[in-house]
Amino acid sequence: MSRLTIRQRQVVWAYIFLLVPMTFFILIRIIPTLSAFNISLHDWNPLAAEQTFVGLENYRQLWEDLLNPRSVTHKAFVNTFKYVLIGMPIQLVTALAIALLLNEITRMSTLFRAIFFIPFVTSTVAIAWVWRWLYQPQYGFFNVMLSFFGLPQQPFLKSPNQALYSITAVVVWQGLGFAIIIFLAGLKQVPETFYEAAKIDGANRWQSFWRITLPLLNTTLVYLAVLQTISFLRMFDYVINMTTQGDGGPLASTTTVTLRVYREAFSSFDMGYASALTVALFGIILVITIVQLKFLSRDY
Amino acid sequence: MTVLEQDREITEVKAASSSGGFLESQKRQDKLLKLLAYFLLILGGLTMVIPFIWMISTSLKPASEIYQGNFFPNAATLNNYRTVLLETPFLRWYLNSFIVATISTVSVVFFDSLIGFVFAKYHFPLKNVMFLLILSTLMIPTEMLLIPWFIMSVNPPVGPAWVNSYWGIAFPGIITAAGAFLMRQFMTGVPDELLDAGRIDGVSEFGLFWRIAMPLTLPAMSALAIFNFLGNWNAYIWPLIVTSDKAMMTLPVGLSFFSNENGADWHLIMTGATLSVVPLMIVFIIFQRQIIRGIALTGVKG
Amino acid sequence: MHSFSKKMFVVVSLFLLGGLLVACGGTQEAAAPEVVEVTRVVEAEPEVVEVTRIVEGESVVEQVEVTREVEVVVPADSEVTTIEYWQYFFDPRVDAMNRLIQQFEAENPDVRVIHNSDVPYADYRDKIAASAPAGVGPDVATLFYGWVPAWVDAGYLIPLPQDEFPPEMIAEQFSPMVQNSQFEGEYWALPTAVRTLALFWNKDLFAEAGLDPESPPTNLDELAEMAQALTQYDDAGNIVVEGFPVGVPGQAHHWFREVLVRQFGGQPYSDDNRTVMYNSPEGCEAFKYMLAFETEYNTGSNDLFEDATQAFLQGKSALHIDGSFRVGTIAKSAPDLNYGVVELPIGNDVQSTFGSYWTHGITRKAAEDPAVLDASIRFLKFITTPEAGTTWVNKVGELPAQLEAAANEDLLADPILGPFAAGLPYAHATFFVDESAQRQFIVDAYDSVRLAGADPCEALDEAAALEQELLDEFWANHN
Repeated sequence: MSRLTIRQRQVVWAYIFLLVPMTFFILIRIIPTLSAFNISLHDWNPLAAEQTFVGLENYRQLWEDLLNPRSVTHKAFVNTFKYVLIGMPIQLVTALAIALLLNEITRMSTLFRAIFFIPFVTSTVAIAWVWRWLYQPQYGFFNVMLSFFGLPQQPFLKSPNQALYSITAVVVWQGLGFAIIIFLAGLKQVPETFYEAAKIDGANRWQSFWRITLPLLNTTLVYLAVLQTISFLRMFDYVINMTTQGDGGPLASTTTVTLRVYREAFSSFDMGYASALTVALFGIILVITIVQLKFLSRDY
Repeated sequence: MTVLEQDREITEVKAASSSGGFLESQKRQDKLLKLLAYFLLILGGLTMVIPFIWMISTSLKPASEIYQGNFFPNAATLNNYRTVLLETPFLRWYLNSFIVATISTVSVVFFDSLIGFVFAKYHFPLKNVMFLLILSTLMIPTEMLLIPWFIMSVNPPVGPAWVNSYWGIAFPGIITAAGAFLMRQFMTGVPDELLDAGRIDGVSEFGLFWRIAMPLTLPAMSALAIFNFLGNWNAYIWPLIVTSDKAMMTLPVGLSFFSNENGADWHLIMTGATLSVVPLMIVFIIFQRQIIRGIALTGVKG
Repeated sequence: MHSFSKKMFVVVSLFLLGGLLVACGGTQEAAAPEVVEVTRVVEAEPEVVEVTRIVEGESVVEQVEVTREVEVVVPADSEVTTIEYWQYFFDPRVDAMNRLIQQFEAENPDVRVIHNSDVPYADYRDKIAASAPAGVGPDVATLFYGWVPAWVDAGYLIPLPQDEFPPEMIAEQFSPMVQNSQFEGEYWALPTAVRTLALFWNKDLFAEAGLDPESPPTNLDELAEMAQALTQYDDAGNIVVEGFPVGVPGQAHHWFREVLVRQFGGQPYSDDNRTVMYNSPEGCEAFKYMLAFETEYNTGSNDLFEDATQAFLQGKSALHIDGSFRVGTIAKSAPDLNYGVVELPIGNDVQSTFGSYWTHGITRKAAEDPAVLDASIRFLKFITTPEAGTTWVNKVGELPAQLEAAANEDLLADPILGPFAAGLPYAHATFFVDESAQRQFIVDAYDSVRLAGADPCEALDEAAALEQELLDEFWANHN
């Protein structure tokens, strides 16, 4: 070692430090992923002793299903995008509004912050079950309240028109606290002097929100948007635990791509098709991540 | 949204009022706004808390009261807790979840920091390729890796089979790409001068990491630790696949035994949910400040 | 920093406390068998003995089932073959199988059976799917009869050797529905027990509605009339007690296929099982009959009270169609329920019921080692004897698969199990190629009518078309 230059020594050390992590990533993540790609080229049944190579047949099937609006796969993709497009903006807007409110008040702000954050530190499976019980068509909390006020009871999770929104509400509810904390941190970064300057210029609160707060929160917004988008794209736990027998119903109105992957792989034993679905999802997430990197590296 | 609309309304009111007493109206407006803020926050706070109260209240109801629609139990009972704690290995599942989450969290904090340190502070060939390789693993839905992982657990590269062991449950998560990425962001902030000074003082490269870089990024590490602990505490599918012995199962897997072919026993499920959720809440309340500060940091840097 | 470590201390001690509790729990469990004192031992079947235990300082007399200790010459380790048996977790089944394994090991000291039942019901297939590529898993596995074709197709099961399990013997001695385990000219699995569907009724709710608690509906018209009479509503028109909720995702999709379609003059599938036929005009009438309970008579819904089964267990529904296995559930979760069981209502003079069973197959893995294969064959033989069926019926409430045991007079006279046993001669079992997918088609057809206002016959056509596609795909690979 002593004959190496300082720089060479550092290179050697870098490799030594990375030895265990890189082995881990290659062994536990990369190789299994490659095998998933490989599986997607086969008619792959986990119970079978030998698997038949079918080329791109699974992808052809996937493409056909995507074009057929009646297929469950098509519905799964549509629903997944719905979760993203409905859930993500609602989550961000609500969290930002609450963060602004918390910024306004002085007393009890710590308490409120803690209350909003609590759902985030609880178990998703438990939360999904609790909400399933809250949504119960007759004796769940919401319907008890509705009858109490003389309003008609709602089916919530049992209706193909309401189920997706009902599940989205739970995801928003659980993730709200996290987004609030991030927004609060972002708001702290905005120098007080900016607002004072705006006030002197005669700008009201509404104007200073649009002209100062929002532009300065841009990085935070993008960061959260991407984070939430990816987590909505991979939605699974809530749906499997909140629908009857985890089927993503009623009428496939709540099913997601990951739930399809799981069902195809483990209920229908069609691993090849399930892998093709995963590859498609991988592609979507990849594109979003690239867009994310582009946005994040830009300066505001 | 509401607050913004309200904001606008108030501004309009302000605009309508005569120019006389600008300061006074400003003050009144501030007061009104504050009141409104409290009102909305209390409303939001209730939305956050009511599901938990409903959960706890259901867990205290006898089975006969489940379908009666009363909010609080008429005849509160701890029988459900007795059933869950004594008739199932619930405490054992608890311990298992705790052990697994701890093992993986300690490992994640150490290795992710180390990776972050290396990619932030060293220059070496293939650096970008390696970093991209690590990041790319972020995008793989884990559902697809279950079978390869299970095959590996049955025929492991080293030692006896990993199935039904803490290591078997923990190994896919002992190093994470997201954490490595996060730590790299923070490690970039460690001043190079400090490291160079350390080198001059004869501190080893590992010492630079352990004694200089790590203490400086402690808040970030605590955030990472929290995320990771929660993630492992919640993990469901993999622990389910890799354990076949009830005594080795974790909490979420155990919870699924309450709903089976016979439908769902709501009073027992809510009891299980309460038991699994409340300890985390207690930990959160104790460490509130640290946890929130840590998480806020990830947003600023990430 | 100081306050941080103080908090850390609190948390660590909290968890240590948790650990301590676990340790205590463990000790108690382990200690329990030691205080058991067997007062007398008689041979044969397990028996009930009175045992005095000291529990928290008080002596408690308990009735404990004890199995006779059998002295056996334990062969050297090398001679012992270990085989693995898998099933999903369901208390009564686990108990019954433990009992059978105990007896089997006593008679076959050279075989040890590992019984893995720590698998939640919903995840059973995931576990099998993960174990197979890894080369581990069961040598003998339980599986739903409807999975047999798919598992055979994958090469996961081996055919039962004909010299050990002669097909004539199976045809003669087992319930006719076991024919469904025959596929491509071979038997691939054998059950210990079978189940049929029957109608459960809640006697208290009958009395409340002013109906005779001892006269359940016997035909389809009575079923519809009584269901309406039994439904109770609150002032707002919400259902408080369901007359008859149709649990399609549960057992009612079977009721539709194998019972109602036949009763309305149709046929669910062609005789060779290759063509879907339930979307005939007769089938659609049957479908409309089933739908009417929810869409016209408003006698309940599977959506209320979690599901139809749960509603019945909670005493919130008066009529319920379910299998004999539910008897065990009721005994455990709702022991006070005052209920009766009757054969399914007759329609147009046709009597029918759906028969199904969980069966046991020998896996490819077992066949790799002759000793394991031999032990697995012996084990499968043992758990499919009439005696095993009798043990099973008492524990689980499923009917013995062997006709000899099922024709038992005590069983037929049993007020609860009798109606199920009576259904055995006329039970039909559907030939499934992908049971969960085929169920989903019917569930979706039903939901699209009641939730999305689709036309019943069109919805059924849609289901039939999707199912036909599935069948075609399956049969394309078979001649």
